[in-house]
Amino acid sequence: MKVEEILEKKKGDKLFLLGNEAAVRGALEAGVSFAATYPGTPSSEIGNVLTRIAKKAGIYFEFSVNEKVALEVSAAAASAGLRSFVFMKHVGLNVAADALISTAYTGVRAGMIILSADDPSMHSSQNEQDNRILAQLAGIPVLEPSNPQEMKDFMVYGITISEQYKIPVLIRTTTRVSHMRGVVQLGTIIPGKKEGFFDKEETRFNIAPVFARQMRQELVEKLHRLEIMGNTSPVNRIVKDSNENKVGIITSGTSFNYVQDIVNKFSLPVNILKLGLSYPLPRQLVKEFIRNLESIFVIEEVEPILEKEVLSLLGQEGWQRRIYGKLDGTLPRIYEYNPDIIHKAFAQVLNIELLEETSKFTFEDVKPPLRPPVLCPGCPHRSTIYAIKKAVQNLRIEKENIIYSNDIGCYTLAMEPPYNMADYCICMGSSIGIASGMSKATKQKIISLIGDSTFFHAGIPPLINAVHQKANIMLVILDNKITAMTGGQPNPSIPIDGWGEEAPAVSIAELTRATGAGYVRVINPEHINEAVQVFKEALQYEGVSVIISRSPCIMLKRKGKKLVFYIDQKKCIQCQICVKQFNCPAIYKKENGSIYINDLWCSGCGVCVQVCPQKAIEVKK
Amino acid sequence: MRSEKCYQIYMIGVGGQGIVKTATIIGEAAMVQGCQVVMSEVHGMAQRGGTVVTELKIGPEESPLIGKNAADLILAFEPSEILRALDKIGKQTHVITNSSTIVPFTVSLGISEYPDKKKMFAELRKEITNFFVIEAERLAQEAGNLITANIVILGAALAIPQFPVNKDFVIESIGKNLPPKLIDINLKALEKGYQELASTLSVS
Repeated sequence: MKVEEILEKKKGDKLFLLGNEAAVRGALEAGVSFAATYPGTPSSEIGNVLTRIAKKAGIYFEFSVNEKVALEVSAAAASAGLRSFVFMKHVGLNVAADALISTAYTGVRAGMIILSADDPSMHSSQNEQDNRILAQLAGIPVLEPSNPQEMKDFMVYGITISEQYKIPVLIRTTTRVSHMRGVVQLGTIIPGKKEGFFDKEETRFNIAPVFARQMRQELVEKLHRLEIMGNTSPVNRIVKDSNENKVGIITSGTSFNYVQDIVNKFSLPVNILKLGLSYPLPRQLVKEFIRNLESIFVIEEVEPILEKEVLSLLGQEGWQRRIYGKLDGTLPRIYEYNPDIIHKAFAQVLNIELLEETSKFTFEDVKPPLRPPVLCPGCPHRSTIYAIKKAVQNLRIEKENIIYSNDIGCYTLAMEPPYNMADYCICMGSSIGIASGMSKATKQKIISLIGDSTFFHAGIPPLINAVHQKANIMLVILDNKITAMTGGQPNPSIPIDGWGEEAPAVSIAELTRATGAGYVRVINPEHINEAVQVFKEALQYEGVSVIISRSPCIMLKRKGKKLVFYIDQKKCIQCQICVKQFNCPAIYKKENGSIYINDLWCSGCGVCVQVCPQKAIEVKK
Repeated sequence: MRSEKCYQIYMIGVGGQGIVKTATIIGEAAMVQGCQVVMSEVHGMAQRGGTVVTELKIGPEESPLIGKNAADLILAFEPSEILRALDKIGKQTHVITNSSTIVPFTVSLGISEYPDKKKMFAELRKEITNFFVIEAERLAQEAGNLITANIVILGAALAIPQFPVNKDFVIESIGKNLPPKLIDINLKALEKGYQELASTLSVS
């Protein structure tokens, strides 16, 4: 499939879409005309598609500087009458939480969708938070699609209820929905409104306490009306129902898929209620569903939210029912579910036979090698971290006396051996805030590593803090001109925006100088010796030193003809510096000890030539 | 060709080997053929040279994840990666593996070991009735470009009698999913993989 087909295909056509791609088609069918994001797995492909088709579709689209700004620009558009769509990974909504909670108060005029892609089991994240809780904190309704078709359909439905109840709607997906591909039947694309107009209304968009008290009242009333609507909403449906069944299942999102497959496979005598609009809980519908049942499974990822709500409902009604879920240990408390987990839970309670394990073998002495993710061959970050290590070694600073405060991006991979350069790494921008505090709390030397995109996102306020509080740190900004880990989105470091249009680039060097940092240098990390010298100087500087290590991401450089390098076996003395210290994955050691370069993987950056003390690495002619 | 039972394909290898693309080609072909199909992909951090898994189910199931012992077909784009998928293997499972290895940096650093290939294949053959090794890189080179190795493996999969998607639909899907100037060599690669496994099957 070509990405453009998401825009070009007509009503009734079918496409094999990723959940995230289906969300874009949903936005088109919902008449969305304004979209914003900060990229983050598992939500990134939504932006990757929009950046290709938004202009043609007549949708304004931006990669905002961070999620809070993305939410604010989208709220502004919705207040001015444009249907808007803001999307991010789960932890992005933490960054946007302040704006989220106030936007729930102000409400919206045109429909507004906030999509949060949660990551149970932390495939690509630092935690597994369930953002249905953030939605409850804010007081906005939650839609939970189970597959790409619903992802598209719920976008349209979400915009409808958002507009009807004048409230932003959270679409909560998980990795297994966002990164699930399935057949999607398309509907009609509706052109969105091209230009908005903000009608002034003194008490509506200003959360001064005097107005906020009124808004709080309205918000609770909206949620009450939404609860009543939810009882008959088409996305809350009883999938299976028989008076004879005494066991029921209440489920949502991706858990529904596992439930459905296991129930069908074993023809289990259970009723199923699938909640698409899970907050506010449609209490009347749930009551009707469980009235004639004896026991109920509540199956959801990743916190026992519906489970607690069902328990509270039972208490209120004075009903005795057995509830199986996370709280009683029937289902695991943490991580994502899968078919085996659901099968096991049913087997325990319903006495169905566990599938006989037809084969189960493990080899004692044949194990797969460790294969963690690794910086790409040719990645300029490798040169930067190699040069920092060299500088530290040259200055003979003891390992214990240096703290590497790392951040979120490809360079987080410096945590792996042989570099081991991530003693502290918690969230976007934290490398500088942690360093700032550490320099006040200890006398150890602190090196912060942060990328260009992460610096713009959350690195500027802590840098100002570090300068103003007279911290003693070396900050390295690895400026590769892209948001790389999430697949290569533009950021303010380059003169191109999310639409592919020219845009003013923001100078990191000027920004850092303006903070008053006393030592600011820009280097090209691929000139290793010079880089080492600058890092040595910076490490000896008392105060905040900033090194902007600038070289474009290898994904940007790959275009065009590349050089291929090889190792002259006559010159190579197998010192293994290229393998064990520089650690490029294109360079490998054969069993007999000799070192080779893999042609297919070598990017042709040539930095290894500088690293080799024997000058044994040469261009293949 | 439409089967009522769900056919489950587990694909495993290393980031950058074209695994997601290969699975998408099969999935789209299945859709055009009229099958119900779902798939689960890996994106993000894991794609940087780490292990990549893609799961594909063709038939009447909602969830894209494959349970224990439930795979009908395992395609290993890198041989040692099979060792991470042993729990998916059942009596019915066919396993096709690429013969060429990708040795991770952890081996060069001496913090992990790459298994002895001969011994590994011997052990796997003992346990798995339908175990096939394909020299995908050699065949890809013969087809005209090393980067077609993933399509060689796809071609081999087509030779499995139970494989539920018709070759013609797969060829059509390759046309829609790969750059036009690379279609010819990819179709050559597909055919090479197909012939390779078909001839192995006719011998055994």
